[in-house]
Amino acid sequence: MLVIDGVVTHYGPIEALKGVSLEVRQGEIVTLIGANGAGKTTLLRTISGLIRPTHGRITYEGRDLFSMPPEQIVAAGVAHVPEGRRVFPLMSVAENLELGAFARRDPAGVREDMERVFRLFPRLAERKTQAAGTLSGGEQQMLAIGRALMARPRLLLLDEPSMGLAPVIVENIFQVIREINAAGTTILLVEQNAHMALATAHRGYVMETGRIVLSDSADRLLKNEAVRKAYLGG
Amino acid sequence: MGRAAPLSFVCAVAHLAGAYFSSRNRLRGQGGGGRLIWQQLINGLVTGSTYALIALGYTMVYGVLQLINFAHGEIYMAGAFAGLLLVTAAELPFLAALVLAMVIAACVGVVVEFVAYRPLRRSSRLAVLISAIGMSIFLQNLGLWIFGPSTRSFLPPFPVVSFEIGGLRTNTLHLLTLAVALAMMVGLQFLVARTKMGKAMRAVAQDREAAALMGISVNRTIAFTFAIGSALAAAAGVMVGMLFNAVTPTMGIMPGLKGFVAAVLGGIGHIPGAMLGGLVLGMIEVLGVALLSSQWRDAIAFAILILVLLYRPSGLLGKPAPEKV
Repeated sequence: MLVIDGVVTHYGPIEALKGVSLEVRQGEIVTLIGANGAGKTTLLRTISGLIRPTHGRITYEGRDLFSMPPEQIVAAGVAHVPEGRRVFPLMSVAENLELGAFARRDPAGVREDMERVFRLFPRLAERKTQAAGTLSGGEQQMLAIGRALMARPRLLLLDEPSMGLAPVIVENIFQVIREINAAGTTILLVEQNAHMALATAHRGYVMETGRIVLSDSADRLLKNEAVRKAYLGG
Repeated sequence: MGRAAPLSFVCAVAHLAGAYFSSRNRLRGQGGGGRLIWQQLINGLVTGSTYALIALGYTMVYGVLQLINFAHGEIYMAGAFAGLLLVTAAELPFLAALVLAMVIAACVGVVVEFVAYRPLRRSSRLAVLISAIGMSIFLQNLGLWIFGPSTRSFLPPFPVVSFEIGGLRTNTLHLLTLAVALAMMVGLQFLVARTKMGKAMRAVAQDREAAALMGISVNRTIAFTFAIGSALAAAAGVMVGMLFNAVTPTMGIMPGLKGFVAAVLGGIGHIPGAMLGGLVLGMIEVLGVALLSSQWRDAIAFAILILVLLYRPSGLLGKPAPEKV
């Protein structure tokens, strides 16, 4: 579904991605784990068009994403929940969700999807008219995920959904991620919480300083000695 | 300071000024100074409404780009010339000329953004600011080259009737200016709050990258913002051209700066703030002129700018910048 081949991305003179290749197949949850600064966020930002890569190929459902602007990538069916949630703080929960469906032209389907988001996250329904900036961190994360679902994506990119959240809320969010996947959306999940991520995903990639250093099924990565040492606390 | 503070401030100044005039006039044995001050306030309201229209363009562009578009005064000038030529040379009816002048200015605004700002999207804010000042000077000189330096008369293409309401003199041109400004503000409020493009503008203003991830074309939204702001400036230019019966290539400099002051006074980036800032600035100016003398008009405006920047940089309605989480 998504094939990344030898992608190099620069931040000014700094090479943040040094030739990354990975693949996400239809229906999977694939996780990308690694330390701070390994380039996980940069890879997601490159896929969704926020940063232009310098080399390599990115194909999604056979289409070349390499030089597409972000708005066309969203329209092609890839939604990105950015690091730090990035909800629109001065807008209401409902308005944030409406913006998620900005590119769509089917009002009936949009209403349906909004109901679906409210079923997934009942807390959001309670706070429909509240400004997003006044929500708690967990609620903002729910809103950021709900907003991305409003684009009715076939591939969902999630960047650190557990960041800064209490363990109970992380459980809840990962439960919803599994539900979203079960309903047919493919997921590429970037996480620092490697344990949670590998327990949820089918397959995983390990990233270090701009390169993929390991890839395997999530089960085997969980048992891998090097991974246990580096990312799972021994 | 609460929401009501600006209004009570204006009322207090008006009251003091009224008292000053009545006492002065009592010495002359005339009375009716209170009326004079209200007369001045009507004039201030008319001027202030044009400042507000200009300020809206500054504040909207600042909202989406964090840029002070210093070429905005020149777009106002271009709008005034377009209106003048459409009324005199093309002999269009007034409303058609006004709308067409707004469309022309919108195009100028979009071209300015495309040529002077878009190539610098990833450059430092200083570079963009310098480009803005350069664009302003370029457009002034382009105006001088095309239209020459002399002042052109802009007589309203409709009869201007003076009349009194409650002892205060006004005329149809004043009322039309207020009506145009009010219509624009109501229209803008609707556009920003209810339409899809308005939502895109707000999204880009709050978080440009997140807006792009929603499928919003950021470049198109920024161009649209320039178009709307420029159209409002053109409306102000046409009305002021007729109010002063004068259109010149340099007419945009001072109103451009005043519009900027009004935008800062109201809270830069804040749309209702720009409307309020324009009206308050217009009123304070006329009151200052009444109390001191007309030479002080511009000094008063810039003193306000300095005071706001020193003591309340977020403006009358703006909130102090929220911390990013």
